[in-house]
Amino acid sequence: MATTVPKIKFREPQIEMAHGAGGKASRRLVEGLFVPLLFEPACGPLGDAAHIQINGTRIAMTTDAFVVNPLRFPGGSIGDLAINGTVNDLAVSGARAEAIVITFVLEAGLPTEILEAEVRAIADAARLAGVRVAGGDTKVVEHGKADRMYVTTTGIGRLIPGVSISPQSVRPGDRILLSGPIGDHGVTILLARGELDLEAEVKSDTRSILPMIESMVRAAGSGIRWMRDPTRGGVATSLNELARDCGLGIVLREDCVPVRDAVRGACELLGLDPLHIANEGQFLAVVARDDSDAALAALRATPGGAEARMIGEVRGEPAETVLVATSYGGSRVVDMLVGDPLPRIC
Amino acid sequence: MRFVDEFRSPELIGKAGEEIRRLADPRRHYRIMEVCGGHTHAIYRFGLKDLLPSNVELIHGPGCPVCVLPMGRIDDGLSLTAHPEFIFAAFGDMMRVPGTHGSPLEHKARGMDVRIVYSPADALKLARSNPRKHVVFFAIGFETTAPSTALTILQAKAEGVRNFSVFCNHVTIIPAIRAILDSPDMRLDGFVGPGHVSTVIGCRPYEWIATDEGKPVVVSGFEPVDILQSIVMLLGQLRNGEARVENQYKRVVPWEGNRAALRAMAEVFELRPYFEWRGLGFISQSALKIRAGFAEWDSEQRFSVPGIRVTDPKAAQCGEVLKGVLKPSQCKLFARECTPEQPIGALMVSSEGSCAAYYNYQHHKPVTIANAAAG
Repeated sequence: MATTVPKIKFREPQIEMAHGAGGKASRRLVEGLFVPLLFEPACGPLGDAAHIQINGTRIAMTTDAFVVNPLRFPGGSIGDLAINGTVNDLAVSGARAEAIVITFVLEAGLPTEILEAEVRAIADAARLAGVRVAGGDTKVVEHGKADRMYVTTTGIGRLIPGVSISPQSVRPGDRILLSGPIGDHGVTILLARGELDLEAEVKSDTRSILPMIESMVRAAGSGIRWMRDPTRGGVATSLNELARDCGLGIVLREDCVPVRDAVRGACELLGLDPLHIANEGQFLAVVARDDSDAALAALRATPGGAEARMIGEVRGEPAETVLVATSYGGSRVVDMLVGDPLPRIC
Repeated sequence: MRFVDEFRSPELIGKAGEEIRRLADPRRHYRIMEVCGGHTHAIYRFGLKDLLPSNVELIHGPGCPVCVLPMGRIDDGLSLTAHPEFIFAAFGDMMRVPGTHGSPLEHKARGMDVRIVYSPADALKLARSNPRKHVVFFAIGFETTAPSTALTILQAKAEGVRNFSVFCNHVTIIPAIRAILDSPDMRLDGFVGPGHVSTVIGCRPYEWIATDEGKPVVVSGFEPVDILQSIVMLLGQLRNGEARVENQYKRVVPWEGNRAALRAMAEVFELRPYFEWRGLGFISQSALKIRAGFAEWDSEQRFSVPGIRVTDPKAAQCGEVLKGVLKPSQCKLFARECTPEQPIGALMVSSEGSCAAYYNYQHHKPVTIANAAAG
């Protein structure tokens, strides 16, 4: 029997927080350790959900873990994130979520009312998103061995007809669409932790993006080349991954990227770039130039999509790079997030 | 957004760009140093280099407090809090700066109680809410952050908070500029002066640069319009053969500085006889230490500090880059062994360090982007 020795490239001695932050370190861990040991060499670039075939039917499948402090924050809670995050991962892979199973990891001593509130949040979010919770599991760990509660989900979905997305289908001239203002979720969490003594009128954008994606698909169909929900690592990280996967360049117009004033203000104060901040209810789409106006119009006409914008385009050069053009003729390269975004003071 | 958008107005930026091209003598090459790391960051972030003619060159100065801190000080600070009854508190800026055995964040991953604070007052608050632990605030920064450290020490003394001390790494900007000017390989035409430092020290401390060294200084704000206007003012002086200190950042910087802040600093701090700067070596009277009257709140006087000295890797040319002799990309390690994720030199760690700014924001091939689609 021929065995191939998997090539493990991940050589870092211990796991750091950065490996979970969604940026470069996360990518190194996934590509250097998980992919070589777990996946077939031909499985291609990693998307938000896997597409698998069972008895001739193709379904999409995704899994996600939710660890957030605080559990509740303006605009949502860990329960909302668990449902919406799963529905959204399936949606940007071109699938409509059908069923989700959930595992709770609970710390002994967790007040029942906290758990109940999250189970209610899950039920409400599932109803809103039109997805069934089909099963689950519960584990309890000793007090001090977990931060109150962790939630993991696995979701399966049915592929939306007429959509076929992959980074390889992206071409120079394609347009980049963004569903709405960025940074709301990440800044909300940062402020909700209460460590910065900053207050701002901002709430998480957690929501299902499926309705927006469905109407965009109806309008632009096969013109949609690629989609991604820019969660951890933000828009900059998602687009850098795309640039790398398709080998092309991406040029954004900074003045076209919608950012609320409260988010901009917090980012200015803390020295953070909104392009690196996490979102939970937005998505990016690359659409063929000829279909982009129709896609944008459909997005804007869908409830929750009024603030969608065309933010830039795909170029042949500079390859594998994301460039931001300022309104006054300057430009800068925007890289993936490195580690967690840290406030800059001195 | 008010106080931001006005200073990023494409119209004003365009005008300033035109003015720079009008004032810059095409037969001359201008080397202008922006002293402050905040300016370096802004110049890259806003792509301002694209707006300057090729004969106006910006040299990045030593004004990034994280970058000039020797690795031994980080080791010293982290050695203080190795025991579980200690908390290591510092600004986010410090968290990824490597010590010999890893950065504060890596120590946190291994179990050290490491906290990011937004101000020294938050570190004091941490001490009040953790009475069984001792909080060491790892203080860094120029005169920008030193007053808040001083006020926090005064507050700790007034309240009698005894489980709090400061590991003081505050440095002062003027000796660093003097060291740059004394360096024989430097040829500079003028300085974009630090903005936030000057809110505290005012503009007078720079006058010797104009009178003794004959080089103009313009204290500048941090937005694109600020920086370009400061360059306009510098080129104007150079064209007229003048050398004066001017204040472009009048909306924030008073000419005489902030007397209350200076008083608090004078009460709590005195000058160290000498202090090591990464890349620049030992500079006399260039850093602050906590006066004996506040020894209780000085980690170095209260605990024994090993005084670790670490030499930078030979291949890293941080010193040359810091002095503006080399561009970041001319260092042998740049973007190869040394990246923001796995930094070898400190200039790669802080986003205000010129190497990190260059790495993050600079692209090698000019690209025409005027007509990028958007809507």
